[in-house]
Amino acid sequence: MFLASWIAAILAAAARFAKSHPERRAVNREGDGYMRLWLGRYSVKIAEPMSEGTIVYDRPAGEETRGSDGRELLSVTDLHVQFETSGGVVRAVEGLSLRVRRGEIVAVVGESGSGKSVTALSIMRLLPRHTARIPSGRIVFDGKSLLDLDDEGMREIRGRDVSMIFQEPMTSLNPILTIGLQITEPLQIHLGMDDGAARARAVELMRLVGIPDAERRLTQYPHQFSGGMRQRVMIAIGLACNPKLIIADEPTTALDVTIQAQILELMRDLSRRLDIALIIITHNLGIVARYADRVVVMYAARRVEEGPAEAIFHRPRHPYTMGLLRSVPRLDRPRGEKLETIEGLPPNLAHAPPGCRFAPRCPHAIAACVSEPPLVATDTGGLSACWRADEIAAGKIAWPAAGAAAPAVTPDRGAPLLAVRGLTKHFAVRSGLRGVRGLVRAVEDVSFDVHAGETVGLVGESGCGKTTVGRLILRLEDPTAGEVRLDGEDLVTASAAELTAMRRRVQVIFQDPYSSLNPRMTVGQIVGEPLSVYRIEPNAAAVRERVARLLGQVGLRPELAGRYPHQLSGGQRQRVGIARALAMEPRFIVCDEAVSALDVSIQGQIINLLEELQRSYDLAYLFIAHDLAVVRHIASRVVVMYLGRVMEIADRDAIYREPLHPYTRLLLDAAPVPDPTVEKARAPRLIQGELPSALAPPAGCVFHTRCPMADADCRAAVPALREVRPGHLAACIKV
Amino acid sequence: MLRYTVSRILLVIPTLIGVAILVFFMLRVVPGDVVEVKLRGDGGNVSQETIEQERRRLGLDKPLLAQFGDWMVGVATLDLGTSMWTDRPVIEEIGLRLELSLQVAIMATIVAVLIALPLGTLAALFRDTWIDYVVRLLSIGGLAIPSFWFGMLIMLTLLQLFGWLPPITFTPLYVDPMANLAQLVWPALAVGYRYAAVVARMIRSSLLEVMSEDYIRTARAKGVFEKLVVSRHALRNALLPTITVIGLEFAFLIGGLVVTEQVFNLNGIGKLFVQSVSRNDFTLIQGMVMLIALFYVLVNLAVDLLYAALDPRIRYR
Repeated sequence: MFLASWIAAILAAAARFAKSHPERRAVNREGDGYMRLWLGRYSVKIAEPMSEGTIVYDRPAGEETRGSDGRELLSVTDLHVQFETSGGVVRAVEGLSLRVRRGEIVAVVGESGSGKSVTALSIMRLLPRHTARIPSGRIVFDGKSLLDLDDEGMREIRGRDVSMIFQEPMTSLNPILTIGLQITEPLQIHLGMDDGAARARAVELMRLVGIPDAERRLTQYPHQFSGGMRQRVMIAIGLACNPKLIIADEPTTALDVTIQAQILELMRDLSRRLDIALIIITHNLGIVARYADRVVVMYAARRVEEGPAEAIFHRPRHPYTMGLLRSVPRLDRPRGEKLETIEGLPPNLAHAPPGCRFAPRCPHAIAACVSEPPLVATDTGGLSACWRADEIAAGKIAWPAAGAAAPAVTPDRGAPLLAVRGLTKHFAVRSGLRGVRGLVRAVEDVSFDVHAGETVGLVGESGCGKTTVGRLILRLEDPTAGEVRLDGEDLVTASAAELTAMRRRVQVIFQDPYSSLNPRMTVGQIVGEPLSVYRIEPNAAAVRERVARLLGQVGLRPELAGRYPHQLSGGQRQRVGIARALAMEPRFIVCDEAVSALDVSIQGQIINLLEELQRSYDLAYLFIAHDLAVVRHIASRVVVMYLGRVMEIADRDAIYREPLHPYTRLLLDAAPVPDPTVEKARAPRLIQGELPSALAPPAGCVFHTRCPMADADCRAAVPALREVRPGHLAACIKV
Repeated sequence: MLRYTVSRILLVIPTLIGVAILVFFMLRVVPGDVVEVKLRGDGGNVSQETIEQERRRLGLDKPLLAQFGDWMVGVATLDLGTSMWTDRPVIEEIGLRLELSLQVAIMATIVAVLIALPLGTLAALFRDTWIDYVVRLLSIGGLAIPSFWFGMLIMLTLLQLFGWLPPITFTPLYVDPMANLAQLVWPALAVGYRYAAVVARMIRSSLLEVMSEDYIRTARAKGVFEKLVVSRHALRNALLPTITVIGLEFAFLIGGLVVTEQVFNLNGIGKLFVQSVSRNDFTLIQGMVMLIALFYVLVNLAVDLLYAALDPRIRYR
């Protein structure tokens, strides 16, 4: 690391780093640390601290109640943020104002590209220097105007008074530094703690956020932590210096639903106890309903509505909020009709239309909407940027009901189209020259049926083997044991020629519409490829014609055939993926997390499309998803998996109304629903533990380590999947 | 970690055996041998009998497999045989030049790292400013200018400005450091410039990539000093791919400086290589290929171990 310090010396000489020895100032400014002499990264203590440098956790009792003084902590006024891109100037945030009081939890919701993350980064002044500009606006935090601070002044605030927790726990920690160093770093920099004190505080923080065995884990590296544990580390770093405000940008989007509940409960609990204000940025309305005091709704770079959580959910005063709430598949409501959606796409912010940004998608747009509506106070105590907010308040405008109710799918219970029996897949984990080290039991004895024209939902947390089941059915992997019968033919033992024929009947739609389409092929080539490979159409002209028809079926204009995937939006790309799957006229489609990368309003459109296509072509779907609400909407039967095994199989209504298996109950309980009344009445969630490693699954029932009902019997034997009620199977000895 | 290291070292053996088989038989495929070149190369009129006699003396009349067996036994006992041209032991012939070549390679690496690390870092940190443009211009230059030509420029400059040329005879570093450096600094600079250009571009691009990683944003969000963000959080990660490039370049320098050695009139491995190939000196060629292969394997091993030392994800696997 001699080289590193040497580089640092050169950098210090360079103009931007010319300010001399900021670390000395940092220590002196703090005053509660030791006086020390700095030699590069290393320091020598030269004097004892003046007073005990204890860190306060629990604030004095009088201050316990949140926002007690009601004083404003953060105020963002008329913020504009622009990005210079090759496609022109993108106005990512326009005229945003935001107020956060001490100890308050504010949620900022909106779809991707609505400017919510950019707002957070602007407050932290972490926008990319080269491309981003803040032409106007004021950000005042705790009396200081952040946009007027110099870099050093801002650095002193970051991590000390304001912390940020990012979306991706897997990439947000430095892979080559120990967890201990990453937690103690802000303590040493901002509070001038010495190594011992910082270590002790780091252990305390790790215990506070629920990381067991903290002392030992200090010396470990991020790759030795699970996603949920890494996010706890991020929270520990965020809490390290007792900040006044934490900004959490999609803190749980990358995590499983049970881990999400643990993390969010923890954050809310800490916020209340330590009187820390919290800005939660999310697209998940369930999270907003459960945790937020106040909600800011953003659409296309602007704030369209703001108000207390109760009001936003029960009495929205902006058509976008109304539409958003209506288009979320609901876990707490039975599937009724077609999912309601907001038609169309959000505007391109490089060439945003004048007037109300939502008007082109708004069913209630009027002539006045061509001019920009001001934010006006509403009857619910919030703000709305709609010319017709008063009419909405008066109940004169309701969101139009969705189209004709979809007839309930009644699959014939004859011979199943697809029968999966005892499907098992083990992956050998190899290490070095010595060969097999262990066996990952990715899928263990999975059996279920899919009938023609029906949708079976396959749900579970990440790593439960649901995607592997999909890949085994498609024969993208060879199963270790078991059989997969399509129309009675076993795909596992099928010859190459039979497989080729089979691939025409079984197709797949992948999760990520960004990486599953070849970026060097046009939409026409992507959709047309199977047609020419399998010689379904005689010549190029016929293929073109067919591609145009297929694009029409998935609601895309035929001209898009000449475009490349990067020129399309996420929803459009997913439609291309569906068109490609349909090209083969399959009878069965595996949808692997087909809508989970899409925004709520787009997700609804795609789900409706899938349902329409199912009715028109009598398609069967295996719908693999982690979002229970989406599955509740689309599936007629649901298979719940955990650690490679099936826990429960039942008809949709049965499983959501009366889940039998404790794991299913836990999953359903962990997902917050978009209704603040329900959520705030609900007891704090107590979900213990993490997903065990598939390398060493627990003996007996794989779920017993996290199961509230588990006892010695559960550890003894693997419970068989048995029919508890007619058509309702569960693998639990306690039900 | 220890097991990993040992298994990696053991893997060197099959690699070298493979190289030995390849080089031995490929040389035999080429028509002609050292005796032809030696006795008839300059148009000399030598009787067939003399040639057969010389072949017998060198063992070239034995069956191919027997020759190979003899050589492999020698290699296994670290005896690479004698040069078919000079009749001196191969080890000695190589040893005479290896010191010089190794020293040039090490010095060039030092020059390259000393130039490339700060310049590459600055270019990445000040991307699209004049600093970056200057560094990029310099490194494009380094890639475009052949190092022998740059070496000639250095010689010309020394001659024109100072009326001085570096000494031609090699003095080992421990005998007379000044004389040694006076001779070898210039080729090290000439080669090091190109080397630095390669490394600087690598550092620049990998540092740019690392600086846009999420964990750098996390470090900034923690309020870490910018120079600590660079030195502690970014540079160590960015060095990983750079080390691979440095290792490969270093191994190349051991035998690859053919023309540059000519320019500076250095009696190095590169020159010996060209000589022995043009003389069809089988044993010497084989010995040198084995040596260079060994260097590549060892440098790669060192790179992998360094990787493991820098990156815990590899260390704990």
